[in-house]
Amino acid sequence: MTILSKTIIPNVICTFCGSTCDDLQVTVEDEKVLSVRSGCSSSLSKYLNYNADRYLSPLVRKDGELRDATYDDAVCRSAEILANAKYPLLYGWSSTSNEASRAGIELAEWVGGVIDNTTTVCHGPTLLGVHDIGEVSASLGEIMHRADLVVYWGSNPVHSHPHHIMRYTSMSTGRFRLSKKNRTMVVVDVRRTDTAKLADQFIQITPNGDYELMCALRMAIRGDELEQDVISGVPAEKIEELAELMVSCQFGVIFFGLGLTMTQGRHRNVDVALSLVRDLNARTKFLIMPMRGHFNVAGANEVSAWVTGFPYAVDLSQGYPRYNPGDTTAVDVLVRGDCDAALVVASDPVASFPIEVSRHLAKIPVITIDPHPSATTPISEVVFPTTVVGIETGGCIYRMDGVAIMTRPVVSPPPGLHSDVEILRDILAHVKKLKAGQQA
Amino acid sequence: MGAVEIPSLKATLVSGRTLGQGRGKVIGKFSEEYFRNVAICELNPEDLKSLGISPGQNVKITTKTGSVVVKSAIASQASQRGLIFMPYGPWVNMVIPSETYGTGMPSMKGIEAEVTAASDEKLLDLRTLVRHVTGEA
Repeated sequence: MTILSKTIIPNVICTFCGSTCDDLQVTVEDEKVLSVRSGCSSSLSKYLNYNADRYLSPLVRKDGELRDATYDDAVCRSAEILANAKYPLLYGWSSTSNEASRAGIELAEWVGGVIDNTTTVCHGPTLLGVHDIGEVSASLGEIMHRADLVVYWGSNPVHSHPHHIMRYTSMSTGRFRLSKKNRTMVVVDVRRTDTAKLADQFIQITPNGDYELMCALRMAIRGDELEQDVISGVPAEKIEELAELMVSCQFGVIFFGLGLTMTQGRHRNVDVALSLVRDLNARTKFLIMPMRGHFNVAGANEVSAWVTGFPYAVDLSQGYPRYNPGDTTAVDVLVRGDCDAALVVASDPVASFPIEVSRHLAKIPVITIDPHPSATTPISEVVFPTTVVGIETGGCIYRMDGVAIMTRPVVSPPPGLHSDVEILRDILAHVKKLKAGQQA
Repeated sequence: MGAVEIPSLKATLVSGRTLGQGRGKVIGKFSEEYFRNVAICELNPEDLKSLGISPGQNVKITTKTGSVVVKSAIASQASQRGLIFMPYGPWVNMVIPSETYGTGMPSMKGIEAEVTAASDEKLLDLRTLVRHVTGEA
């Protein structure tokens, strides 16, 4: 709809978190975003500030300083770094499109080394758990319409996925569950978070106590007697009450966050959560879903899995995909000092890896492709400013439940900027030429 | 006269996402908003009192990996005594160990830490902090 020179674009897909809400109403004028309706505060911050702080030209390090360079120079330098590397790391991929991930994997096939996505320091242990046990899942729409018991475990969606509760769970209007009155919401966490304040029941556990509590819940669901009075800080009676609540619901779901994957036990915490849900399905209908963080981290896993057979941490140095998390994962590869170059796409490892890991990254040539300056850009050899997926460029992404959604641009990018896909394809074309020369 | 003992607190450090951190990172990693929301540590009010400082004064967080100075704050999402919270970001990364125990994932929650008052010590801005990463500072 156009009013005078303003255009109101309805049903815009938000590219902030893994909820990828599809109900934003964005008003644009002269290729600028003027306002956003229906978004959460994170979404608003993104759409209203995406153009505030960014480079408009590629940068290449010369004499120790990052200096403006032509696009062709930046492509050539990047291709040289990657083609000459023995074991490069290609990292990021969760805040860009599936098309970019696909182009990145093709590049990884040509240069060898490891391609890993941000899952590695997020829900990596979740995927390890899923490999072991399997996952009972559904779309978020199914959950919205049917779930009468919603458990958030080690997850604080009020802060991380601000509209998740409103759109998909306790505060949503479903076909068979009309309001909050028709649902029970339970939060299990080490702190009384803002999400816990909205819950019907809050269960506070001791840090690193998730595994024991899940085991106790499994026992209670089987009808075994709990021999300890307090488990992980939770009284046995309360665990038995929660078990009863879970067994007696019609359609339950556990959404879990990094409270399970980043603490002691990691993938074993996820194993036991998935096993708990498997047990529950002998008694009632129960689902489980990780709260995926970045808007397309699920897509990065899916694309990697359908191209290489593995969802993350894929080593292509032998000419075929090899997958050994703990060995081929980005943090381990960097801490060991194995890789001799890195390509970072749509991610900021210096802001998300432990310092010891970033210290190795700072020693090797890094190529960064990102719309904005980040903590990683100052340590980079080459920086490509790029267009913002979902605002300036389109592409397919996967919502946290694996539903594919096409994003589309709402404004044009600044002149001269290329998309992640274009940059990756141009680097690849140049790498192919260099590799042909190396073989000749 | 013996040295004045600086009060310290043994704590469990949990890092995590916050609205302010999420908003700050999309406004800009070098923005005041990001710095204000991420270079902080939230504590239980009683713990803060035991350190002899007021909210907003600097604290030093030390783990087996290293230490970092950040601004203290009263936990907006109540935490029990002995539990401290820092938003994900470059500041908490200074004290997070890199061991992944064969999983690829470092321990970013539930880490043993010590907190001391550090009112006289300076906060590092992101540019200076990156120089610590590169070894220039």
